[in-house]
Amino acid sequence: MTDLLQLVIAGLATGGIYALAAIGFTLLWQTSQTINFAQGEFVMVPAFFSLAAMKLGLPFLPALLVAVLVSMLLLGVAFRYVVVGPLLHRGVLPLVISTIALSIILKETVKDFYSAEAQVFPTLLPDRVVTLLPGVAVSLAQIGVLAVSLVTIGGLQWFLGGTRTGRQMQATAQNPGVARILGVPVERMILYTFVINAGLAAMASILISPIYLAKFSNGETLGLVAFVAAIVGGFNQVRGAIAGGLLIGVLDNLAASYVSTAYRQAIPLILLVLVILFRPQGLLGRREERAV
Amino acid sequence: MTALLQVRDMEKSFGGVQAVRGVSFDVNEGEILGVIGPNGSGKSTLFNCILGQLLPTRGSVAVDGRDITGLRPSELNRLGVSRTFQLLQVFPRLSVRENLILAGQEHRGTRLGRLFGARDAGLGPEADRMLEFFRLTALANETAGSLSYGQQKLLDAAMAFMAGSRLVLLDEPAGGVNPTMLAGLRDRLAAINREARATFVVIEHNMEFVMSLCTRLIVLAEGRIIAQGSPAEVRADPAVIEAYLGH
Amino acid sequence: MSARMSVIVGLVALVALALVPADLTGLGLPYPGLKRYGTYILTLWLVTAIAAMGVNLIVGYAGQETLAQAAFVGIGAYLTAIAGKHGVPFGLSFVLSGLATFVIGIALGFPALRVQKHYLAFVTLAFSVLCWLVFRNETAVTGGVMGLRDIERPFVFSFQLRRALHFYWFVLVIAALMTVVLWWIVRSPWGRAFTALRENPLRAESLGVDVRLYTLLAFALGSAYGGMAGSLYAPLVEFIDPSPFALGPSLLFMLMVVVGGSGAFLGPFVGAGVAVLLPEWLRAWETWYLLIYGVLVMIMMALAPGGLVGLVEFLVRRRKAQP
Repeated sequence: MTDLLQLVIAGLATGGIYALAAIGFTLLWQTSQTINFAQGEFVMVPAFFSLAAMKLGLPFLPALLVAVLVSMLLLGVAFRYVVVGPLLHRGVLPLVISTIALSIILKETVKDFYSAEAQVFPTLLPDRVVTLLPGVAVSLAQIGVLAVSLVTIGGLQWFLGGTRTGRQMQATAQNPGVARILGVPVERMILYTFVINAGLAAMASILISPIYLAKFSNGETLGLVAFVAAIVGGFNQVRGAIAGGLLIGVLDNLAASYVSTAYRQAIPLILLVLVILFRPQGLLGRREERAV
Repeated sequence: MTALLQVRDMEKSFGGVQAVRGVSFDVNEGEILGVIGPNGSGKSTLFNCILGQLLPTRGSVAVDGRDITGLRPSELNRLGVSRTFQLLQVFPRLSVRENLILAGQEHRGTRLGRLFGARDAGLGPEADRMLEFFRLTALANETAGSLSYGQQKLLDAAMAFMAGSRLVLLDEPAGGVNPTMLAGLRDRLAAINREARATFVVIEHNMEFVMSLCTRLIVLAEGRIIAQGSPAEVRADPAVIEAYLGH
Repeated sequence: MSARMSVIVGLVALVALALVPADLTGLGLPYPGLKRYGTYILTLWLVTAIAAMGVNLIVGYAGQETLAQAAFVGIGAYLTAIAGKHGVPFGLSFVLSGLATFVIGIALGFPALRVQKHYLAFVTLAFSVLCWLVFRNETAVTGGVMGLRDIERPFVFSFQLRRALHFYWFVLVIAALMTVVLWWIVRSPWGRAFTALRENPLRAESLGVDVRLYTLLAFALGSAYGGMAGSLYAPLVEFIDPSPFALGPSLLFMLMVVVGGSGAFLGPFVGAGVAVLLPEWLRAWETWYLLIYGVLVMIMMALAPGGLVGLVEFLVRRRKAQP
């Protein structure tokens, strides 16, 4: 039982990180109908921004800040205006293809220009083990990761629900057309979602790289998790992405212990297939109005 | 004799907003029924519920006594009901003739048979006849996207009839069409109604078009029917005048 | 292009392709043909084109997204390789590969297509990774990471196609037949229905086109083409391991169809040509090949979304319009 609890807590920690990746992805889809197939790479790259900054002599914390800012600029603003903007009017397929191509570009750039080897990524959080309840030992790092994720998510929820800009963003997410009529500066809101997505992805990158090492190929798994989490939770809303991310984190951790490591990756995938078969609106989603 | 189309107690709400509240009416074979009303009165929502694009919150629709509530549009089509759309819905990259053949092909034979049969699914002559009837023969091989707006509207209407439908719902067929084409469109619709005994239900804002084409009208306001009758009766009805002026 | 013209062009192309790798000096012509490696590349192009044709049907004609074609190719490849080792004749394996992948395509597509449009992309993404995991882990059946070796070339009337040239001609005939089948499908009322559901699924549905069923058919058929391509791939390379059937190659299939020209009949051939030849041309920059490819694709999406075939058509039309 205590083993189970330990695994669940550890799972929640990674789950919080997955949730960050999934939230941004969901927001992008809601506000601008953009399916970002490069989302996994967006979570892989910022770690390398930090590593590069540190190579140039910056100490760890400023390097992290640099990474987040550069991510917001490149993977947020530049992504919006250079990649998505010009292609939106060409239809869905060119945009999908471009994000796929972008994922390849990001992956290969890191592999060719930085390293093909997995890189150790430093962490702010001490690795000390703490005993929460009798028999349940958790590392402080895990608690720290969970805390940071929850604080970030909490901050985001407060922003979305409690500030004017945040509510405008929600309106844009629910129905851009109506929002525009109501006077919401939709274009600016969409830009904000892109920047927020980049920021969340950067945070996820910083939190997960110490655990799984920074490697150019991480994008594939991380992207997959983000997609699955978003869909399983219920594609239409941020709450769903959070629930999905946490659920997958826990399942993944349990699978690592109880299922063969070879098939560990399969668990979220099987979950996806089951959800699509039996509850396509996701765990927290609402039944979509029939469109056709 | 049962009416061709029977709508009973149709209701539709979106979240807290009730777009259609308790609408019931009949359409008899051979009629041209006009559905009019101010903006936001629920006309399009009503159409969409009848045609399977939306699931009604409550109520039923029957064609020839057979319940069709909630059936998908493609199933409705096979039962002889078709529609045109408010926003143009032709296939821009197919030719005009191809558009017409497409509109009829799913009603001929079996799907598998179509794979091994003729390229035009045997609809060539019928498409040509439709082209002639709607005066589009000269444009037969042009891509539908290159036609003028009015011509596309004609094509749109023609496509609804290729399926051999007995009941056609026309969603704002006159919208955006210039007066000359409009007369031609009205004339063709009246002709098809006479010759093929096709029954229409028409949503329209263009009063002149509606009054001259339709045999009967119902007026919607705020999701309810506030008046029914011949064009002359409805035009004089004070409740109707109030509804339009009040907006 | 009229049907008759298409047939003539097709036959000419077929003859030309048959002769390209052949050594014609014996017939008195100063053409030495291609060596073994060149013939192999040509054969690889044909096999890739078959799989790409499948993707084109799904993406270019029916307007869907598939990220699992490499997995279907893998299923066909492993099925054929394993069956071959148990003495099953190639013809049977080929047909079985096609059938199996068709059925799997239906099973995958059916639930995904009930929901939003992009769900098929994600389901195929998940399926792709699942397949790769199975290929990699089930060592007893698939050889795991070490793969399966010594895959035999097929026999045609007890004559084994060991020579590269003979196997090439074999693949050419099959590719030609599969191309004709696809051409027939696309020109039939089914093809019209596919175009309709790509351009305007709402209207298509209201005209009686069963959008879900046609989309499912396109997906299953396109995936079956992948399976059959895989069936040819195994004896071509004579050794298979899981790496060509992972998620990455599936993404490359999507890219190659769009680069060639999505929805254009010749698009897959052009795209497959680029995909097979580009690594050869960029041999000097081997590690950078994917990066360059990615950048080129993005530029192409912005400037010429109709792909290379679309670009050629555009230039031809412009030449015609000029007096």
